[in-house]
Amino acid sequence: MNLKCKDLLGLRELSEEEIMLILDTAFVMKNVLVSGNKKTAHLQGKSVVTLFYENSTRTRLSFEMASKFMGASSANISTTGSSVNKGENLADTAMTIDAMATDIIVMRHPVSGAPHYISDKVGASVVNAGDGMNEHPTQALLDMMTIIENKKSLSGLKVAIVGDIYHSRVARSNIWGMAKLGADVYIAGPSTMIPVGIEMTGAKICSNVQEACEGADIIMALRLQTERQKSSLFPSIQEYSRFFGVDDKVLSLARNDVMVMHPGPCNHGVEMTTSVYESDASYINEQVTNGVAVRMAVLYLLNSRRNAL
Amino acid sequence: MKLLIKNGYVVDPVNSVNGAADIYVNGNKISEPFLDPYDKIIDASGKYVFPGLIDAHCHLRDPGFEYREDIESGTRSAAKGGFTSVACMPNTRPVCDNAAVVEYIRSKAKRTGKCNVFPIGAVSKGQAGEELAEIGLMASEGIVAVSDDGSPVSNAGLMMKAMKYASDFGLTVISHCEDMSLADGGQMNEGHVSTMLGLRGIPAAAEEVMIARDILLSSYTGLPVHIAHISTKGSVDMIREAKRKGIRVTCETCPHYFTLTEEACIGFDPMAKVNPPLRTSDDVSAIIEGLFDGTIDMIVTDHAPHHSDEKNKEFALANNGIAGFETAFGLAFTYLVREEGMPVNKLISLMSVNPSDLLKLGRGELSIGSPADISIFDVDNEYVFDRNKASSKSRNTPFDGWKLYGQTYATIVGGNVTYDKFR
Repeated sequence: MNLKCKDLLGLRELSEEEIMLILDTAFVMKNVLVSGNKKTAHLQGKSVVTLFYENSTRTRLSFEMASKFMGASSANISTTGSSVNKGENLADTAMTIDAMATDIIVMRHPVSGAPHYISDKVGASVVNAGDGMNEHPTQALLDMMTIIENKKSLSGLKVAIVGDIYHSRVARSNIWGMAKLGADVYIAGPSTMIPVGIEMTGAKICSNVQEACEGADIIMALRLQTERQKSSLFPSIQEYSRFFGVDDKVLSLARNDVMVMHPGPCNHGVEMTTSVYESDASYINEQVTNGVAVRMAVLYLLNSRRNAL
Repeated sequence: MKLLIKNGYVVDPVNSVNGAADIYVNGNKISEPFLDPYDKIIDASGKYVFPGLIDAHCHLRDPGFEYREDIESGTRSAAKGGFTSVACMPNTRPVCDNAAVVEYIRSKAKRTGKCNVFPIGAVSKGQAGEELAEIGLMASEGIVAVSDDGSPVSNAGLMMKAMKYASDFGLTVISHCEDMSLADGGQMNEGHVSTMLGLRGIPAAAEEVMIARDILLSSYTGLPVHIAHISTKGSVDMIREAKRKGIRVTCETCPHYFTLTEEACIGFDPMAKVNPPLRTSDDVSAIIEGLFDGTIDMIVTDHAPHHSDEKNKEFALANNGIAGFETAFGLAFTYLVREEGMPVNKLISLMSVNPSDLLKLGRGELSIGSPADISIFDVDNEYVFDRNKASSKSRNTPFDGWKLYGQTYATIVGGNVTYDKFR
């Protein structure tokens, strides 16, 4: 089986089978990662370019490591020190990269739909590494991988996603993906950060964080995206953490074997207390490891699809 | 020019004409029947003959943005769409907020235009929403209304002063209703589609809050106000209720608000980006109902040409607007007359008679002695709209490839044929 599309733009467009194909492949890749010899030849002779218009530590590094572990030539472009600062538009930048016989372009952009916009302008496969408030598919895939690793399946699990849903591409990708794999997603946060019509996705809106986390198998706290907030959505950080943060009391409402997750980077003491971050229930570092495996799987599958054509 | 338009089916609501008739033109006026010789005879067999269509809301981009459109190309596009008169909004560069710019537009239109051009002056200097523009001096040069279209008059006090002051010159304020704090940088309608796409939403309330304000100001002052491009059910409901109470509010909508929903944005297609944004199917139904029951007085194009460099880009960064002259009648005829059963004379009231009344143009009728502004349409043969064949300089339309009924056969402005397909 292969992925249907040349690009990975979001989980909304993927079928359950495609998501499982990526996750199953990621578990194989994880074996490579932990084997001590982090080298495969899957992408030998291929080139991967990461094009990041926003800051990133985890996502960018894990894509670069994933492509290196698999033998690809990789290069990265950041918006400082490139023609982007000379005012080059996105389409021209993407086509320039494409013209250098690039196989896969990994892009992060502050505008929703930016990877969709370039996808039909380039022959390379485009991987969305986060577009505006729309999607961050590989983050959701690594979240789901981490859950399945520990819970065997997502089916029937209660997943609480807490915080700034409005600005969160991580939340959107997880809501699409988890619904396809049979989880029940509950969301909570300040009403100013709950997007209109989110219930159409199947996610259930809770009136407070406690209600969302009660009996939860998974608690996912989202980063407060101050860079995307245009106007006052809450009065102060202190008030936010008091009412919408995850602390030990909230944690105690969940199931005993609850997994606490966070896409990072975490604002300690805001989205969750440090005690929760560091508790046994926290799987935040496992998420990071799985991030590399998932990105290896995505690059591998997109490349196999290219080879099959 | 001595012209005979024969064998057409004439619809002229003002004169209650709805049937086969010949139209005679002598010079620039509609004339009593007369005998040979004619300079030209147009055989309009099987065609509809209407008083020329009038667009009360468009953007010709001239002066300042001639790379998008200019008065020559814009009026050529309008004539191709069957329009004989257009009223252009003042958001040019410089802004049309003084008599000199009004004079420039009128004289260039006279020189190069393919239809009548009636400038709309700015409400405020530089459309900045702070001080009144020289409305009286602009009126002397021929503006037909005032509006800060594109930027709302956010200050209610200034809005009321504008309504009062404009009334001294017999002008109506056309209000672009958008509460900027509610729109808050939004890119499309707020709802499940914006949430699904991760795009910032513009709630219906952003439009409705300001319409409510303007209705109250009109009620308080007893002065007319005209609401531009309404797009929501709430707007239709409020204006219907205000009219029932006798408040002097009129309004307009555009073809895209009764033919498209927010779902056109799925796939991040910037051609579907317009302000106010495309709304829901409930809103579309309400707009159609408002057109039928008289709540909505007219259909305008809001023709908003943009260069492809400004439009073919990331959705959030693309300009708002649809180039609408060449699809307006086809969309209205196809979706209101053919699909919904609107009588043709009702459509002509919406696209000619009522705009003329709002702007006091003395047109919109085929009476003896009226200006010889006439539109002839073929409504029986389906055609495919091809944006690459448009006369506008711009190509920003979501209607490319649509199959429509109602193609312009000829446009006659002041007795001169400015567009024809019969040659």
